[in-house]
Amino acid sequence: MEIKQTALAGTLESSDIQIMLSKGTDGITIDLESDVEKQFGDQIRKVITDTLAEFNIDNVKVKAVDKGALDCVIKARTIAVAQRALQTQDQPAWEAF
Amino acid sequence: MAETEERLRRTMMFVPGNNPAMVKDAGIYGADSIMFDLEDAVSMAEKDAARALVYEALKSQDYGNAELVVRINGDDTPYYHNDIKAMVKAGIDVIRLPKTETADMIKTLEADVLAAEKEFGREEGSTHLMAAIESAKGVLNAPAIAAASDRMIGIALSAEDYTTDMKTHRYPDGAELEFARNMVLHAARAAGIAAFDTVFTNMDDTEGFYRETRYIHQLGFDGKSLVNPRQIAMVNEVYQPTAKEIANAKNVINAIEEARIKGSGVISMNGQMVDRPVVLRAQRVMRLAKASHLVDEEGNTIEK
Repeated sequence: MEIKQTALAGTLESSDIQIMLSKGTDGITIDLESDVEKQFGDQIRKVITDTLAEFNIDNVKVKAVDKGALDCVIKARTIAVAQRALQTQDQPAWEAF
Repeated sequence: MAETEERLRRTMMFVPGNNPAMVKDAGIYGADSIMFDLEDAVSMAEKDAARALVYEALKSQDYGNAELVVRINGDDTPYYHNDIKAMVKAGIDVIRLPKTETADMIKTLEADVLAAEKEFGREEGSTHLMAAIESAKGVLNAPAIAAASDRMIGIALSAEDYTTDMKTHRYPDGAELEFARNMVLHAARAAGIAAFDTVFTNMDDTEGFYRETRYIHQLGFDGKSLVNPRQIAMVNEVYQPTAKEIANAKNVINAIEEARIKGSGVISMNGQMVDRPVVLRAQRVMRLAKASHLVDEEGNTIEK
């Protein structure tokens, strides 16, 4: 599924991750910036990809700036940005939570 | 009243719901209750993100034995229903309704929570409720609000909104809150639920914080809402029983045990009958002493 609009969620504060979604041209592409990219880059990408799959989003550009977020924070921010990009934040997709 | 066994609720710490660092660390300070805030601490534009963040944290983080509470947005906002659904699905212990003014608001909340429990397959009745009283109308209706539902575990005074509604503001001596504090406390006691005092926000006034905490402890409040983890140890210190109180409580507990072994229905200590209020007070002292690490699980004094 395609997103409807560019959207942003999360902050650049410690323990958070800021994620931006914009329209994709080539499946899911993730541009990740993180101080722990070496150790946790694959895991961060996996949480983002798995959560986007819950929303059936398969064509999107992801820009993520990680500030040491736990998996639960990455998942929560991905849910928030996906719903904003799909304009569904008033009807949360409970199965994705 | 939702509980048969009383639990300690000396400290209820506010945690802004959209702050990952604070949400993640909320469990390490030893608060008796942790209150994740989706309401005033979260801007309109971030309500959806805060809801998702608190949900995912509740599902994955270990907050130990703390009672987990969430302050949802009021039913006059578009966030109310989704907040309830998310928090019930996450299995929150207690939902706190802000700006409660009538018993009907609690009854409506109870129905909405029940519907969410059914929708998400959670045990019916497992989600408890509490009310924050923040206006003159709320204070006058406090007895009905406290008794409005079997799910109620507590009622809290929120002084910032209340004093504004009363056309005053907060003073160091707290005289402006005297009536509200006593109403909320009596409403709680009459309904058999907990009473929480309001927050004290001036972190520089340590003496004022101790004075207020000793005062509400004397009145009989279960505890206090807090905005800063530094205040937890200060409240616990005020609620900590003295060595004399503990020694006396132990004698009462021993007398109960003796009566039980003898098969006697009457409890006596030093030749005098011990009646029920004395027993209840002794049990509460021992719970507080255990929580303050002054005695171990068996009630033996821990030498410092």
